[in-house]
Amino acid sequence: MRKTLALAAAVFCAVILPAQQTYSQFEKKLTGDEEILQALARLTFGPRPGDIEAVKKMGLSKWIDLQLHPERIPENEALTKLVEPLVEPSGPGVFIAGLANVKVAAVQRLGPAQIISAEQVAMLRAGTAKENMEFLATLPREKVVQLLGVMPMIRQRVLPMLDPDLRREVESGNPTPGVAPQLPLQELLTPQEIQMLRTGTAKEVDDFIRTLPKEKAAQVLAQMPAVSQKVEAAESKMVEVKSMVAKGQPPLNQLLTQEQTQLLRTGSDKEGLDFLATLPREKAVQVLAVMPAVRQRLLPLLDADLRKMVEKAVPTPAQPGQTLAQGKLLRAVESDRQLEEVLVDFWYNHFNVDASKGSDRFMVTGYERDAIRPHVLGKFRDLLEATANSPAMMFYLDNYQSKVPLPDTPRLRAFQSNPILKQAAARGLNENYARELMELHTLGVDGGYTQKDVTEVARCFTGWTINQPVQGGTFTYDDQAHDKGQKIVLGVTIPAGGGKEDGEKVLDILARHHSTAVFISRELAQRFVADDPPPALVQRMAQTFHDSDGDIRAVLTTLFTSREFFSQGAYRAKVKTPFEMIVSAVRATGATVENAAPLVSQISALGEPLYRKLEPTGYSNAGEDWTSSAGLLARMNFALQLAQNQVDGVKLDPGKFSIAPAAVARQILFTDAAQQTLDAISRALSDDQGSDQTPPTSGLIAGMLLGSPDFQRR
Amino acid sequence: MFSRRLFLKSSALAMYGTSTAPAWLSRALYAADAPSPRKKILVAILQRGAMDGLNVVVPHGEKAYYTLRPNLAIPRPDGTPDSVIDLDGFFGLHPSLRPMKQIYDAGDLAIIHAVGSPDPTRSHFDAQDYMESGTPGMKTTGDGWLNRALQPEKAVSPVRAVSLGPELPHALRGHNEAVAIDNLNDFKVRDTRGASAFENMYAGSHDVVLNGTGREAFDAVKRVQDIQKQTYTPAANVRYPTSKLGQNLMQIARLIKANVGLEVAFTDVGGWDHHVNEVGAKSTVGQLANLLTDFGQALSAFYLDLGDRMADVSVVSMSEFGRTAKENGTRGTDHGHANVMFAFGGGIKGGKIYGDWPGMEHEQLYEQRDLDLTTDFRDVLGELVTRHLGNQHIASVFPGYDQPKFRGLLS
Repeated sequence: MRKTLALAAAVFCAVILPAQQTYSQFEKKLTGDEEILQALARLTFGPRPGDIEAVKKMGLSKWIDLQLHPERIPENEALTKLVEPLVEPSGPGVFIAGLANVKVAAVQRLGPAQIISAEQVAMLRAGTAKENMEFLATLPREKVVQLLGVMPMIRQRVLPMLDPDLRREVESGNPTPGVAPQLPLQELLTPQEIQMLRTGTAKEVDDFIRTLPKEKAAQVLAQMPAVSQKVEAAESKMVEVKSMVAKGQPPLNQLLTQEQTQLLRTGSDKEGLDFLATLPREKAVQVLAVMPAVRQRLLPLLDADLRKMVEKAVPTPAQPGQTLAQGKLLRAVESDRQLEEVLVDFWYNHFNVDASKGSDRFMVTGYERDAIRPHVLGKFRDLLEATANSPAMMFYLDNYQSKVPLPDTPRLRAFQSNPILKQAAARGLNENYARELMELHTLGVDGGYTQKDVTEVARCFTGWTINQPVQGGTFTYDDQAHDKGQKIVLGVTIPAGGGKEDGEKVLDILARHHSTAVFISRELAQRFVADDPPPALVQRMAQTFHDSDGDIRAVLTTLFTSREFFSQGAYRAKVKTPFEMIVSAVRATGATVENAAPLVSQISALGEPLYRKLEPTGYSNAGEDWTSSAGLLARMNFALQLAQNQVDGVKLDPGKFSIAPAAVARQILFTDAAQQTLDAISRALSDDQGSDQTPPTSGLIAGMLLGSPDFQRR
Repeated sequence: MFSRRLFLKSSALAMYGTSTAPAWLSRALYAADAPSPRKKILVAILQRGAMDGLNVVVPHGEKAYYTLRPNLAIPRPDGTPDSVIDLDGFFGLHPSLRPMKQIYDAGDLAIIHAVGSPDPTRSHFDAQDYMESGTPGMKTTGDGWLNRALQPEKAVSPVRAVSLGPELPHALRGHNEAVAIDNLNDFKVRDTRGASAFENMYAGSHDVVLNGTGREAFDAVKRVQDIQKQTYTPAANVRYPTSKLGQNLMQIARLIKANVGLEVAFTDVGGWDHHVNEVGAKSTVGQLANLLTDFGQALSAFYLDLGDRMADVSVVSMSEFGRTAKENGTRGTDHGHANVMFAFGGGIKGGKIYGDWPGMEHEQLYEQRDLDLTTDFRDVLGELVTRHLGNQHIASVFPGYDQPKFRGLLS
């Protein structure tokens, strides 16, 4: 696409005029075998050995119909076993990521920011004991106990000032140990101080460390090895501090040279692993213990023994969404309900929530399981409602804080002049969800709404919020926060005096809007047909959307029975996304996934980390956005590793492949490879004759095919 | 084929021998051999998410700024660490941008205020796309302004246009070769036989997209393989932050110093969409302050690391649109209009704030809510492309905008 555009660009003085596309390729039919391959390439994450025969046996249209009814497909038992143990660690509302719809009791280790606002946390930390007490007096008693349970520094500071009852309650809930506990860094210092220590000059760091009480300094330095290096660089006289640090973990500069540290920080994963392999195992563990960023990056790639040693030495919470991502990958590889998995991926991405945004780390598992998955083939209106009623979305797009402003009364003015209550007085509207709801979830950016509509929709959704995350972070509607005035949305009047139904009415208007039917149909066609799908097909799908009141299964039936879907224009027209590339490679080779973590990390290396798209747009559906030089090289490296059984956690017997490139091609591509591809492989192997390299193996040849242009398309 | 550059090289070696060639000659040789290593270079930084320019370069002389933002305004400059760092008595820098002050004071940093895209959209996606294509309001532009800024030449380096990250952004797409490099050290196929097979199969493929991207990738790999053999040490006392932006700028510096023919580079930094809790308990803590701390440190590290070489390099930053002049109900700001840009290096006349200030009184605001626009972002980029990169064909870099009003950043 890019190159075609580029040519056009040269001709049209750089401006690409919308080419008069005829879409004639979408009128050209496929052969019977091509039709089966096309259906498998689009309704699944790529064919496995034996799939083509199975579809042939069943009949293509019957197989498609079955995929459209996943409840009629018995789920793969092996998969259930694999996914069940995956549990997202800690946090309010711990969910089993497995197939079973189980919610276990919350094992709570909350941070203070989940009890009060981040500003209030900062204010507590920065304030004096007296200011702390004034603020705590504004909170309900249970909250004070909870809060002091998780803010040990503040607890120490205010404990003597609490009334005796409350003090007992706090103490019984949080026994104070005799020795100062090892506090997390965020409890010891403000984010600004941490930042300064990380990036300040040696002198600044040294000066600051000197201002801290000895014990605190030691705790800080023990957790910031790079800083202790700096302090040493400044030739600090703080011998005491250093000796205290030395009793615990040796600082980094005693373990590695600066070059080695640099290599681990900035080198490639492979270089890092190679270097660690040269160290004694105990030392490797020590090094990883003091380099958290490196640990996070390399941990999933370590061999199982070393990984266990590191995990034991440094118990680290998994990355947000890590186990969820592993579950997603396992399902994509193993599930027999392939279309359902493809659609969960599609709709999650359409209603994207970034798992790395604050409390969303605890909510995305439930979001996908309860809001997305049950509706992927249902009514669009239900899917939309489920996402709007989810704490994950309300948090991600900030709606949970959007409130009607307080009326201007003497009480409000009193609030405004009180530094602690000032923030509560400043409450008001937040447009974020309202805008993205129309731009990304329903109408599309050109769907015909104005800035005024955005504000009106935001007013309708005031009060759609989240219960105290402490109770598990559930969705709730707060009538006190709701704007009771009249609103006009896309020309429709929503009368004054309404409650939650104002938002429901907006969802009705949007779900049944013509722009939504077209926008959703086009996105589906982009996913299943081609980057630039024929408008005639989109129009027919939109008509079905309209006629069936937004029935997704009906819209997909229109798509899967269209001539455009089974046409030359659609056949192999899509470049696989990073996720599709990795999953299809595992499926095509029949590899067994024993630990999904290394594969999840490979997907990040290809450019689209699972559950971690920052922006609400989700990842693009068009191939030109993810086809890049860095991405291609990463695919090639992965292909060679996988086929030669070198990806940790994945088992594959390279001996199963033929040694003749053309035959391996049929094993992996399920069709013939391009002649250029086969020629290139033969040349690379024959150039090799007489060199001191090991003779080519079938695994190497299979890897070359998995990295070939042929395999990058679906 | 007997090329001129081969002739030069061999005759020079014949005259002086390999080890005794004087410095002037080896430079001349290199200039003839490689695409000129001392080309002018433009580095573009896109701050995705719509940075709140009013809290970055603060109009502290504007009364309405303080009225509209009772919870978010940065205190007027009074020398304390949390107050605005004054620049000219009216504008000042956010206190977390202290490292940028040195560049400003050295006369190298230019600030352009009330600048941005004239398109009224408040969609992140569309606005970023317009800023990258360089054609606001036109959705069908397939290539990007930074790619079009490259000039046709006979021998070009395969790494003349580089984006740091796993994907090639719209700004760099187009008919000139451009590559995405996520991590310089990783930019290769590790197995030599695999590399050879892949290079040939992509070069021979009829698949236009994969053929083009594959060729570019392997040409670029060859160009950077020497760099990969060495570890990079920045100039003395320069520390890049460990953030993605810091590391990306360090890799750009590494490419520049290695003289591999870089002409334009692109990197982005996300997270500026602060609808909630933009500012913490004080101005130097909180989400915006954290991002600015990193931003200032990364940019100043780059500036100090390149040292004298900055004479050839210009850096320009932009963000898709600004944010509401008034704070919203959740201690944040919503999507707005005009914003602020930074530009430094390469002979830019800095130490100055460019642009006309539209004011922030109610009737002066765009649609009664946002900072109005007085400079089109293409005026700034167009000037850098013309006067820094020396590309005179501004009409093909910014089609439909062939009369940009240069602000006089460069002479």
